[in-house]
Amino acid sequence: MTQPHEHAEHAHPSNRTYILVAAILGVITAVEVGVFYLDALKPVLVPILLALSAAKFTMVVGFFMHLKFDSKLYRALFVGPLVVAIAVMMAMFLLYGVFSA
Amino acid sequence: MSQTDAAAMEMHSATGLPNRKILMWAFIGSECMLFGSLIIVYMVYRGKSLVGPYPADLLNIPFITVTTFVLLMSSLMMVLALSAVQRGDMKWGKIWLFMTALLGMVFLGGQVYEFSHFVHEGLTLKTNLFGGSFFLLTGTHGAHVAVGVIWLMSLVFMAQRGRLTQANAETVEIAGLYWHFVDVVWIVLFTLIYLLV
Amino acid sequence: MAVRSESPAASASHAHEGTYAGGLLSWITTVDHKRIGVMYGVSAFFFFLVGGLEALLIRLQLGSAENTLIDPDLYNQLFTMHGTTMVFLAIMPLSAAFFNFIVPLQIGARDVAFPRLNAFSFWVFFLGALFMNASFLFGGAPDAGWFGYANLTSTQYSPGMRVDFWVIGLLVLGVSSIAAALNFIVTIINLRCEGMTLMRMPLFTWMTLITSFLLVMAFPAITVGLVLLMFDRMFGTLFFNPMAGGDVLLWQHLFWIFGHPEVYILLLPGLGIVSEVIPVFSRKPLFGYAFVVYSGILIAFLGFGVWAHHMFAVGLGPVANTVFSATTMLIAIPTGVKIFNWIATLWGGSLRLRTPLYFALGFIAMFIIGGLSGVMHASAPTDLQQTDTYFIVAHIHYVLFGGVMFALFAGMYYWFPKITGRMMSERLGKAHFWMMIISFNLTFFPQHFLGLHGMPRRTFTYESGLGFEAMNLMSTVGAMLLGASMLIFIWNVLGTLRKGAPAGDNPWEGSTLEWSIASPPPHYNFRVLPVVGGRDPLWAEDLTKAVPGDDPSTPEPHMPGPSYFPFATAVGIVVMAGGGLTLTLPVVLVGVALVLFGIYGWAFQPLEH
Repeated sequence: MTQPHEHAEHAHPSNRTYILVAAILGVITAVEVGVFYLDALKPVLVPILLALSAAKFTMVVGFFMHLKFDSKLYRALFVGPLVVAIAVMMAMFLLYGVFSA
Repeated sequence: MSQTDAAAMEMHSATGLPNRKILMWAFIGSECMLFGSLIIVYMVYRGKSLVGPYPADLLNIPFITVTTFVLLMSSLMMVLALSAVQRGDMKWGKIWLFMTALLGMVFLGGQVYEFSHFVHEGLTLKTNLFGGSFFLLTGTHGAHVAVGVIWLMSLVFMAQRGRLTQANAETVEIAGLYWHFVDVVWIVLFTLIYLLV
Repeated sequence: MAVRSESPAASASHAHEGTYAGGLLSWITTVDHKRIGVMYGVSAFFFFLVGGLEALLIRLQLGSAENTLIDPDLYNQLFTMHGTTMVFLAIMPLSAAFFNFIVPLQIGARDVAFPRLNAFSFWVFFLGALFMNASFLFGGAPDAGWFGYANLTSTQYSPGMRVDFWVIGLLVLGVSSIAAALNFIVTIINLRCEGMTLMRMPLFTWMTLITSFLLVMAFPAITVGLVLLMFDRMFGTLFFNPMAGGDVLLWQHLFWIFGHPEVYILLLPGLGIVSEVIPVFSRKPLFGYAFVVYSGILIAFLGFGVWAHHMFAVGLGPVANTVFSATTMLIAIPTGVKIFNWIATLWGGSLRLRTPLYFALGFIAMFIIGGLSGVMHASAPTDLQQTDTYFIVAHIHYVLFGGVMFALFAGMYYWFPKITGRMMSERLGKAHFWMMIISFNLTFFPQHFLGLHGMPRRTFTYESGLGFEAMNLMSTVGAMLLGASMLIFIWNVLGTLRKGAPAGDNPWEGSTLEWSIASPPPHYNFRVLPVVGGRDPLWAEDLTKAVPGDDPSTPEPHMPGPSYFPFATAVGIVVMAGGGLTLTLPVVLVGVALVLFGIYGWAFQPLEH
């Protein structure tokens, strides 16, 4: 329990995995833009876009930032403040009626 | 040389994890609140400008989709760079690091182009609430990208002079965490600003 | 019970050998957490006196009706700077002084995780504090309240540089606080000695960790608010301009999203200190350790959900007011839990009635009173009567002065022997305590009545014949005595530094690791890093495993060398601030160049050299 040595011991996605993730991110972006232009989907635009962005967010954080494979400590350091930020944002959106028409 | 000294001073690690990586994740947590607050300002003022130009008049989705894609690909370059450095392949490490910075610069170029176009169309920081909140939010993000580009180019120069080696993989990893976070923020901003009009 | 092996006399001679030796340059370039802690403490106490002086002037003006001692303009500057100074330049850095000196010792470490970042935090704070106070010499100090409400703070209603000093000064101080908080998060997570799990850490270290998280999560909100305000003032943006659709309440939201967690940032370190002092002076381990830890964590999370209780009177509507009332009342619960745990610790303990305990007990009593008035204005309807009156001023001071300052004084008396190697006078300490607690109550208790009778805050005088005179006079007399009580403390400190009795390693028979080494500690803290087997390691039954102490046969550890890059970077930031204040781009660029020079020099300088 002395010298830092953790990165050598964790599962490492290969370069192929990274390229695959990047490709998926590109596809999701294209889908987002497509959905944006499709009038038929206007009523459900917001939930779909939020879900797609959340997916991209999770993939970048999980794979590129390696959070999926790393120590849970890093997850706690990130998720804690993220949850607080989202909660404060939601409270402010409610106070200002950002979601209402 | 500074690595071994730092390692000697690394003292004792209660978690077995490196100090600087814990620092960067804690910093990223703080940045969540920073961008969260800026997003609050943007969203609260959305639709509240009394005079134009308004978002619908100016936002160019196709253009920004391209720059968004560029930034996403820069994150791919970054993980490839880290992977190379961790393997000890400094030649490709340098190339991928440079590519990351280059794509970052392309993104910034796109931002500069978009901003000047908006200004030309009559939208500045002080025109209306949209101008103020838009430029502040995306400008702050852009400033973060610029700092990242400088950081990455510094690493490229160090590698060029042989001062960046496999032993410095942690340094590259930490720069990578910062870079990916900046990308992740853009993912959110792209959706909120451009798609949820 | 473990008391260290070295005799007090030998300890004292160790003390002055190297820990604080050296000229000005050694202090400017030091990266030693103990010296940085001392610098924070001395600066903070200085600014505490400055803020106190501002308060005394306020009280002199309010001592009689329709007084003309201080004109309205100066009065506005005084109450603004009193609040700003006490919060940002006195209490926070006093807490930082203890974080710095004590936490690495308590976790059995040789320094913090990033010693140069630590030095940087101090210099940014110190230069930022000077920057903000320089305003007095350049057109007047900030005068729009410590909370700077928009759009009073617009250039239209606050022309000149006063508010700019405030905005930019706070942005600079924010850099210092966030950097320090990040440093302590990493330090506490990663530099704990072997055997010290999180649930075996001393309470003060726990509260430092929680406070650090609060800092990094809360400061960004005010940073954004300040940037919006700065842009409005300097670049003509419209964020708080009602004519353009801007919402002045957005400032209030952003300020209090920071501001409420900020009061827990002010409070939690004090709670940590009290949680150390009470067990030691009851000779009993803290009752319900886990509850005290979890309640601290709960306070931190809940603290982000109550901010609009500062805005009950602005018209958010019944739903919002009800929700925030409920969350505010909820947050009283974990605080109450802590108080019950302290009382349970004292109960059945073998009390040693020394000065630190007096201040800890005074804290509990005064904080309860402040908490009771707080619960009253947690109810929105009641608050509509109390807000912006002296009832709130009374609440603030009971929790922040009667509460936090009493706790910080407890810490000062408790850890003074460790920091200086000398024992303070008990006689003077108790005299200070009694004079302080009596005059404190004389000053602030009448303010509850003044508030309920309708005396508003932040007004430079009041009409005669409203029935405010007697209470105000009492409050003013109390304030003068309160100021005078500080002289007793200062006299005690000076006398002790000159000729105080040597303290030895563990004069209080404390249980935590800082008491296992010399007073003051050698610059490397621990020759051999300790290994602990539980909480309260110095009270452990079997000491053979724990706490090796300062075994001279082991070589002295090599510590990081001094560095001027943190100072240079800090100077660069303040130069940038000066350029921003006066809108002179060349100055800003010089500052940027200095910052870049500092950062690159720092990055490429090995830690040991």
